[in-house]
Amino acid sequence: MPHRIEVSLKDQVRDARGERIRREIEHFLHLEVSSVRTVDVYTIDAELTADELRAVAMEPLCDRIIQEAAVDSHSPHDFDYLVEVGFRPGVTDNVGRTAREAIGHVTGRPLKEGEGVYTSVQYLLKGTLTEADVEKIATGLLCNTLIQRYQIMDYSSFSAGRTAFLKVPKVTGESRATVREIDLDVSDDELFAISRDGVLALTLEEMKLIQAYFRNEENRAERKKIGLSANPTDVELEALAQTWSEHCKHKIFSGNIEYLDEKGNREEIRSLFKTYIQGATKKVRENHGDKDFCLSVFKDNAGVIKFNDDYSLVFKVETHNSPSALDPYGGALTGIVGVNRDPFGTGKGARLIFNTDVFCFASPFYEKPLPTRLLHPRRIYEGVVEGVEHGGNKSGIPTVNGSLVFDDRFAGKPLVFCGTAGFMPAVINGEPSHLKSINPGDLIVMTGGRIGKDGIHGATFSSEELSESSPVSAVQIGDPITQKRMTDCLLKARDLGLYNFITDNGAGGLSSSIGEMAKECGGCRLDLERAPLKYPGLDPWEILISEAQERMSLAVPQEKIDDFMALAAKMGVEATVLGEFTDSGFFHICYGQKTVAYLPIEFLHEGLPPMQMRGVWEVRRHPEPRPVDLDDFTDELKSLLSALNICSKESVVRRYDHEVQGGSVVKPFTGATDDGPSDAAIHRPLLDSFEGVVVSHGICPRYSDIDTYHMMANAIDEGLRNYVSVGGSLDLVAGLDNFCWCDPVKSEKTPDGEYKMAQLVRANKALYDYCVAFGIPLISGKDSMKNDFFDGVTKISIPPTVLFSVIGKMDDVRKAVTMDAKRPGDIVYLLGRTAFELGGSEYYAAKGYKGNRVPLVDPASAIKRYRAYSEAVNQGLVASCHDLSDGGLAVALAETAFAGGFGLDIDLSRVVFSGVACDRRDEVLLFSESASRHLVTVSPGNRAKFEETMAGNCFTSIGAVTDDQTLTITGLRGSVVLKGDINDLREAWQNPLREL
Amino acid sequence: MTKAKAIVLTGNGTNCEMEAAHACRLAGFDEVKIAHISELLYGEVLLDDYHFLNLTGGFLDGDDLGSAKAQANRLKYARVKGSSGHLIDQFLRFIEDGKLILGVCNGFQLMVKMGLLPALGGRYLDQVASLTFNDCGRFQDRWVYLKNNPDSPSVFTRGIEGGIYLPIRHGEGKFYVESNEVLEKIEALNLAVLKYSDPAYVSATMDFPLNPNGSMNAIAGLCDETGRLMGLMPHPEAFLHRTNHPRWTREELPEDGDGLILFRNAVDYVRKTLI
Repeated sequence: MPHRIEVSLKDQVRDARGERIRREIEHFLHLEVSSVRTVDVYTIDAELTADELRAVAMEPLCDRIIQEAAVDSHSPHDFDYLVEVGFRPGVTDNVGRTAREAIGHVTGRPLKEGEGVYTSVQYLLKGTLTEADVEKIATGLLCNTLIQRYQIMDYSSFSAGRTAFLKVPKVTGESRATVREIDLDVSDDELFAISRDGVLALTLEEMKLIQAYFRNEENRAERKKIGLSANPTDVELEALAQTWSEHCKHKIFSGNIEYLDEKGNREEIRSLFKTYIQGATKKVRENHGDKDFCLSVFKDNAGVIKFNDDYSLVFKVETHNSPSALDPYGGALTGIVGVNRDPFGTGKGARLIFNTDVFCFASPFYEKPLPTRLLHPRRIYEGVVEGVEHGGNKSGIPTVNGSLVFDDRFAGKPLVFCGTAGFMPAVINGEPSHLKSINPGDLIVMTGGRIGKDGIHGATFSSEELSESSPVSAVQIGDPITQKRMTDCLLKARDLGLYNFITDNGAGGLSSSIGEMAKECGGCRLDLERAPLKYPGLDPWEILISEAQERMSLAVPQEKIDDFMALAAKMGVEATVLGEFTDSGFFHICYGQKTVAYLPIEFLHEGLPPMQMRGVWEVRRHPEPRPVDLDDFTDELKSLLSALNICSKESVVRRYDHEVQGGSVVKPFTGATDDGPSDAAIHRPLLDSFEGVVVSHGICPRYSDIDTYHMMANAIDEGLRNYVSVGGSLDLVAGLDNFCWCDPVKSEKTPDGEYKMAQLVRANKALYDYCVAFGIPLISGKDSMKNDFFDGVTKISIPPTVLFSVIGKMDDVRKAVTMDAKRPGDIVYLLGRTAFELGGSEYYAAKGYKGNRVPLVDPASAIKRYRAYSEAVNQGLVASCHDLSDGGLAVALAETAFAGGFGLDIDLSRVVFSGVACDRRDEVLLFSESASRHLVTVSPGNRAKFEETMAGNCFTSIGAVTDDQTLTITGLRGSVVLKGDINDLREAWQNPLREL
Repeated sequence: MTKAKAIVLTGNGTNCEMEAAHACRLAGFDEVKIAHISELLYGEVLLDDYHFLNLTGGFLDGDDLGSAKAQANRLKYARVKGSSGHLIDQFLRFIEDGKLILGVCNGFQLMVKMGLLPALGGRYLDQVASLTFNDCGRFQDRWVYLKNNPDSPSVFTRGIEGGIYLPIRHGEGKFYVESNEVLEKIEALNLAVLKYSDPAYVSATMDFPLNPNGSMNAIAGLCDETGRLMGLMPHPEAFLHRTNHPRWTREELPEDGDGLILFRNAVDYVRKTLI
């Protein structure tokens, strides 16, 4: 009989968690609640004596200084309603897992298979509430019914003992190990139904290819030898669906596209990926010649570049959008701990040195009606922020750079970009660390977490739009501590040379990881029956494709397996031999002695012909607002500073540990009161060296409404100018692209697919053009192509979005430059030219316009100026530098001023303007978002040297830093057009998201 | 001359071991060992071989049962393989031998929950205090001013003038005691080594964000009556060089960060007293 231990805070101890819930109920559900207290409940389904139970309750589960525990009874708390929220069966319960271990320590005997500890939380609500109110609180705030269950009790029925608590969420099932055969000798309609009903996400054409393979007589003969019938097993069909999924195969980026531009010129593109992404890197590497620093690009889990002669730098950015839409906390947590495994599983394995994250949400203050299946943007915001907080902080990896981007179309699908950099010795045990290989005969070893139904169909599901019937099991919850234990252990194994090959288990689970590894050596034989399971009842196909987290797959040479297993056991990491790698040419999967899948490696990986698609570009004109000529633009600036895309994100950023590992040099916030927004981050991976890694990013989906070519160009430029601003070296800088698109393939559901495809083509063209011009090789990337919501009635497509991440090096971090004005009297320079480019700007967006004059990037003049500026930084001539982006010059001036705690006196007539005279207006100079510009302050003593260093580039002094507290801007007519106290400006900037 | 030896304990979610080890090296320890807890449990590493034990920051067991609770429980019950002894015996012997322990953040939480701090009257396994959720209800990464108590017996803070400036990075840093008597004793014995204060280190403060968690009496760091055991929520190992300071690009600062002094004092003490 299961026991319940309820742990609550003593009455006199403040319940910060309860208070936060109370505030959120008031704020979001507009319900008055006088108090909320919380109680942690542990349901222990195990054989424990009464003494043991008491000991467990008193010691590890309860902190008796602040808490009290009740065993199989209730703490005497007063409430009107009680809501208890617990997990559904099979959902990862990290606290339960830790409690289970702790109980084993107390009793001296670990819990047995089938025994378990399950956690839930009780919320004790006081206030004048109806049952319906409480229902609303439960479903609207406390419980995500997708992964959790809840129970409501009122006080009288509770005290009368009339209600029962949630049942133990134990997964019960029998191991039937059922393998089904699927008859593909059916009509096309039935064939497609097999894919649709099974969430295989395979098209009819793809199903027909599979049908053809299984109809082939030679293949049938081969199968007969191994004891398989002519029909595919469910294991085989699932393996093919995973491997051929958009998520794993990137069919859109590798397909053929017929592209027509606005003039009707036709072009055949064979693979966007090969043509533009790999093509750009190839070209840049050629141009760099013997200064090429790329070590491993596009072939491993992450890209690898040289950091110095002794160390290599690894970087990857991923998205985890669909899961975050369904379970924001679990989805985002899995996003960050998932991307951690990419650099970790790159080359021979890299130590993780920092995370980056960028979230795209609809406004948390969204008030329009939403389709029922969608969670409110505020809940997504809360959950995602907390998920990444727990994933990053608990893994001991600093989160050094990121941003939040808002657009109401992200209500359809939030974008959750998570990036991780790794660092490894250039040579490990005498071999280059970025290379690895598998020998036939090496053992297949899986380490880390166990397999459950988590994330089944995650890969195929993310290849489809979100709808009413999205599968529950598609959500996983990460467990950073199990992963941390594993990575601690595997780094030791790496240094001891105990494995030959390592890779991550991500989308597609073992099917993908072992499938990819089998490609390295030409085959594998894997026994699914040996795989450790979280609970019984999984069929072989589920074991193969489960996306249960915290797992790495390795190839361990037979002679080293004993040492490897001993190390894992010692460090408390589960490791299991699942089979061996072969050179048979087959992906051979067994369950015990029985073969359940037998597919040629070649068919699995190369059997899919390129998709045929079409893109047709048209220039879409948007209404232009009338020019505005005001005497005073101060209010315009203040409202821009309060715009969600510009305002301070400090309340989020401070929740992320950005300093662990001790190498923090430029932090997210800087300046006199530690609240100015840094352009980029600098981190020292080696504490006895002053060489630093510099990381930044660019993202500007608003420009996509005008032209994705320029959206891409501006994103690249933004990433690079942020990087350059703090002092990043232009001799060692690489890029990483993450495309998040709405479905660009024309179909019944996507009638405008050809336009969206043309947008995709144009973004890729810009990616090539600008990376080559700037000399930035792309080292890795990812695409997520189905970011739409469609429930049959409402369709919400995200704006085409590319996150362009920039990573590189600074030889001496002591020369780093931050964005805050440093001293009164310093001269203010504006580098770069300003044009009438308000199209897609924050300024227009605030007025409800898009406009058409999107900023154009001139890479040749930009890179020349960036180089001159870098030289000025090297010479120590720059006091501060801030990039100009959202909100243009006015916003950059305000941020520089209040971060520095000084005023600025600026004259707009000195700004270099490019364009016709009638467009040279105060409004344009203040808010235009022209690219490639920096706002720099220089001490008067360095003036001559700075100007000499910058000579030949477009730059001009526009004013000075003052010792008052006022930003004063004089307009073209000679009168002051903007005057604001820097404390008021800071307040406008900090206020909107401060309480979130 | 015998070597001054420091050990940094890791595993199960600890994550500041590299910078803590670096701090020990910079301060002058001759030997610094980063030891995984399994090495202690397998008897491969003995605490007895070291002079200075670092219990560093992190998220032991994810702080799943409350910060550091599961590790406190593990250390209490765990046996060392191949011997009849418990690991906790090594800890107690280490203390008895007059050696030094510094707990930072999660390490401080661990020491308090094991009862190693404040250990009034030398009762080393008697928990009388705790560290719990910040009043603001959120994890916070921000820098804080810490006023030093010059009368405290702590060997780690000797010579600090005024105070030190360090980052905190925690969600459960609110210092809380069992009873008023405990708090009174802590104050009377000057065991509250460091308190959150104003930037001039004049007075302790309860105001957010200077006091980031609402700690009782603004207590940020605590020692035992011998001064050889100390714990603090802020991270001294995160400020070893001036480039760690959030405003290093605008202020004139010495090369060494404020955090280094704790480790320098440790090595001085070890050299003068233990070897």
